[in-house]
Amino acid sequence: MNDKSSPRKFSRRKFVQGVSTTIIGSYVLTPGVSKISEKLEAETKEIASGKKPLNLIVNKVRYELMISPETTLAEVLRNELKLTGTKLICNHGECGGCTVLLNGEAIYSCQMLALDAGEKEVTTIEGLLTGEELHPIQKAFVEHDGLQCGYCTPGQIIAAQAILLKNSQPSKEEILTGMSGNLCRCAAYPNILKSVLAAAGYLTEGTNR
Amino acid sequence: MAVKIIKSKNFVETDFVESLAEVPVEEYKPWPENDKLKIVGKPVSRIDAYEKVSGTASYTTDKFLPNMVYGKILRSPHPNAILKNLNTEKAEKLEGVLKILSFKNCPEISWYYDTSLLFDKNLRYQGDEVACVAAISERIALEALKLIEVEYETLPFVTTASEAMMSESPKVHGWGNILDGKPDTYVRGDVEKGFNEADQIIEEEFNTQVVVHNPTEVHCSLANWDDDKLTIWDSTQAIFSVRDTVAASLKIPSSKVRVIKKFMGGGFGSKLEAGKHTIMAALISRDIGKPVFISVDRKEMNLAVGNRPDSNQKLKIGVKKDGTITALSHISYGSVGAYPDSAGCSWPLKTIYLCPNVKTEEYSVLTNSGRSRAMRAPGHVQGTFALEAIIDDAAEKIGMDPLEFRLKNYAETDQVFNVPYTSKKLKDAYLKGAEIIRWKRRNKTPGSQNSEVKNGIGMATQIWWGGGGPPAYAALKLNRDSSINVFAGSQDLGTGTYTFIAQVAAEVLEIPVEKIKVDIGDTDFPYCPLSGGSMTAPSVAPAIRDAAEQMKGKLISAAAAILNLPEEELMYSQGLVSSIKEKDKKISITEIVSKTRNRELITNGAREKNPDGYATNSFGVQFADVSVDTLTGKVKVNKIAAAYDIGRTLNPKTLYNQIHGGIIQGLGYALFEERLLDRKTGKVLTTNLHSYKIPTIKDAPEIEIAIVSQFDPLNSSIGVKGVGEPAIIPTAAAIGNAVYNAIGKRIRSLPITPDKIIKALYS
Ligand code: FES
Ligand code: FES
Repeated sequence: MNDKSSPRKFSRRKFVQGVSTTIIGSYVLTPGVSKISEKLEAETKEIASGKKPLNLIVNKVRYELMISPETTLAEVLRNELKLTGTKLICNHGECGGCTVLLNGEAIYSCQMLALDAGEKEVTTIEGLLTGEELHPIQKAFVEHDGLQCGYCTPGQIIAAQAILLKNSQPSKEEILTGMSGNLCRCAAYPNILKSVLAAAGYLTEGTNR
Repeated sequence: MAVKIIKSKNFVETDFVESLAEVPVEEYKPWPENDKLKIVGKPVSRIDAYEKVSGTASYTTDKFLPNMVYGKILRSPHPNAILKNLNTEKAEKLEGVLKILSFKNCPEISWYYDTSLLFDKNLRYQGDEVACVAAISERIALEALKLIEVEYETLPFVTTASEAMMSESPKVHGWGNILDGKPDTYVRGDVEKGFNEADQIIEEEFNTQVVVHNPTEVHCSLANWDDDKLTIWDSTQAIFSVRDTVAASLKIPSSKVRVIKKFMGGGFGSKLEAGKHTIMAALISRDIGKPVFISVDRKEMNLAVGNRPDSNQKLKIGVKKDGTITALSHISYGSVGAYPDSAGCSWPLKTIYLCPNVKTEEYSVLTNSGRSRAMRAPGHVQGTFALEAIIDDAAEKIGMDPLEFRLKNYAETDQVFNVPYTSKKLKDAYLKGAEIIRWKRRNKTPGSQNSEVKNGIGMATQIWWGGGGPPAYAALKLNRDSSINVFAGSQDLGTGTYTFIAQVAAEVLEIPVEKIKVDIGDTDFPYCPLSGGSMTAPSVAPAIRDAAEQMKGKLISAAAAILNLPEEELMYSQGLVSSIKEKDKKISITEIVSKTRNRELITNGAREKNPDGYATNSFGVQFADVSVDTLTGKVKVNKIAAAYDIGRTLNPKTLYNQIHGGIIQGLGYALFEERLLDRKTGKVLTTNLHSYKIPTIKDAPEIEIAIVSQFDPLNSSIGVKGVGEPAIIPTAAAIGNAVYNAIGKRIRSLPITPDKIIKALYS
């Protein structure tokens, strides 16, 4: 179900009423409407909560969700799908902690409304694995210790993946530019760079310090 | 296993803490150099790396419990105000709101060393807590905050230490603006006499800025009750401190509180104490019977959960022509914000250089701004910046090479306590670092290059404690398949605690690291100290060794019983107990454990005591190579060479990473990080990561590290000294000295921004 095939119309009055009572995430809340038929009540709930259907493809799995329009992609990933590898560090588009791939491009998922990601392919850190097997970029981060606390790491790895998807032979400068939107307060940067260089095949084994 | 209880004195951050500790009676010989070891000292990959790179590591922010609800905090928008009235009626009516906690309904819980309450009507900084709303979603809680009606009576305020020192200034607390009413003072010898003996006296004044920890994971807690038992998942560096503060605040026994932290997104000192939000989560959860998660956002991170205090420092040094330092004096003022904390920064000056006459006065001053907290090497970072600058200036004044000057005033013993060091290899570090950076290249005359972009080289020394000590314990369980579980109430902040614990156990029992499962971050496990003060590895690693050595002993006695041989005839090697005399008489640990009815063997290890009459300190030096663009004023750090005596390297992979991190954070401190507070409004201007700049990957310089120490032979049977804090201490000072060497002008205030360079060059 997408926006266009939405079966219902709702009145401006009801919409306003709904939004004003519940400006919220994806919880279905009871609006202040009483004594109406159950069916109507159910519909009203949905309308009142201002929810919209969302068809999201995450890590190759299709999800059909009802969400409040103001919900960000990061919130849906974390709170609804419990894909908590995607981190919210600033929630303001300043740090890259929430980086995911949208049709292969790195984006800050805290800055995108989930509805805008509808029908697009989202890849999160969890989606890089094959079963329990780590992706080569993830392996490079382990081998070259491209992390300390690990909180920024999913975003760093996804950013690296975006660089390498575009260009399998990036220059060091391209890597630095591509990674510069991902902050790491532990400042594991030298090893992050080394990990990405290794993932690009520029480093030989054994240079793991 | 025999243990005894002793009085133990350890340095925790900047204080001596005396405690009773259980220590092993038996003491182990220190291990030999790392190249004679199999697992310790090797670049083992983090054992928790899989979880971190796969996204499955569960941080406190990632924990979801059924029925869990969300709390958000309303904070004062004023730098100084009295809460006149609070009306929560409208907010309470909002659908989905479950509880609003404020001074109206919250028990009086003392906070900030009894100078305030959990909810106090005196709001002394922008960010002080007014109320907390719990609701079924974060968005509803945030919406409810807007519906709370608050009446404030705003009061005059002070934002800087110099202003706060003036008698007519508004008082942050009734008792005045200077902590304890006087400075912390220290005197050694007779400074007046010392200055009289000097050929040259140099006096300088330095200023450093407030910076904010900003770890990536925000401060947060999830509290859940089962009957009268409380479990808290917390992003903390100190699970036991949180447990005890929560228990004391709620007036319940500590045994009813369990604090868990498996992974955390950094702390850097800001998470060393229980947060108010943790208590609020526990109180609300008890009240509504649901798990409550409270987190702060990035703005609150920059207002209300700690910072490194600023400093104004007046230094004076007396030197003779031959380079002898005759006297040192230091007066410092630092603003700790609205509640007590220490802003002292004299310690490096008291101890690094040989000097018989020293006097220091440290003022911690209260202002109407967010309270400071320990931040990676509290005091030492500020103090070292100023000290190492004046040391360079003194050397120049008498025409001596700065490195030679430092070597001339090398202190062989601790001058404050008048005791020897357990080890000190600073001299080796100086020479090694100088070699890496090629010290001889430096400008003999600072600023003498004629180019637009001028290069310079500078150096700075660091001293820190980092010897750790008891009490620290660990339990070790050997299973039938010869795998091992280690349980210890320690913390891994990204520092590699999980990994070194596995390495130490694997080293003693001569089994692969993969066979060791490490579980930490839980107050149900044996006690370990908080993770601060660079004391985790030196405290915990020896306890792990003790537990593993005892396990060896247990295996030998079990094998003796099974094989009917005297214990003395048996030896342990690589998972086998065998007879020294008859080689074919042997038994594997799997067989031994299988023959015991309990299916496992358990030991408890303890950290041994520190040797009496010694000081343990880490030492290091950093050399910076910088370029300064004299047209734009921009400083580029090309390279940092870091040479350290940190005792034994447990794991070079995680060690180097941690040193990189300290250096790059130090670079941010030196060049651009700064919390800006508007003096007119008392409000913070830098409340996000856009305005509060932290280093990016592009700011990272080339870094070359040399560890000059093998192991500390006296501090513990492992001989490791902590490195977390040493890594950041000298960076800003080394960069400052390198900038001076490049342009010949001394920038005496941090951060060294382009405008300051331009002003110094052209005015
Ligand atoms: S959390 Fe999205 S950019 Fe920081
Ligand atoms: S590893 Fe800690 S923030 Fe990057």
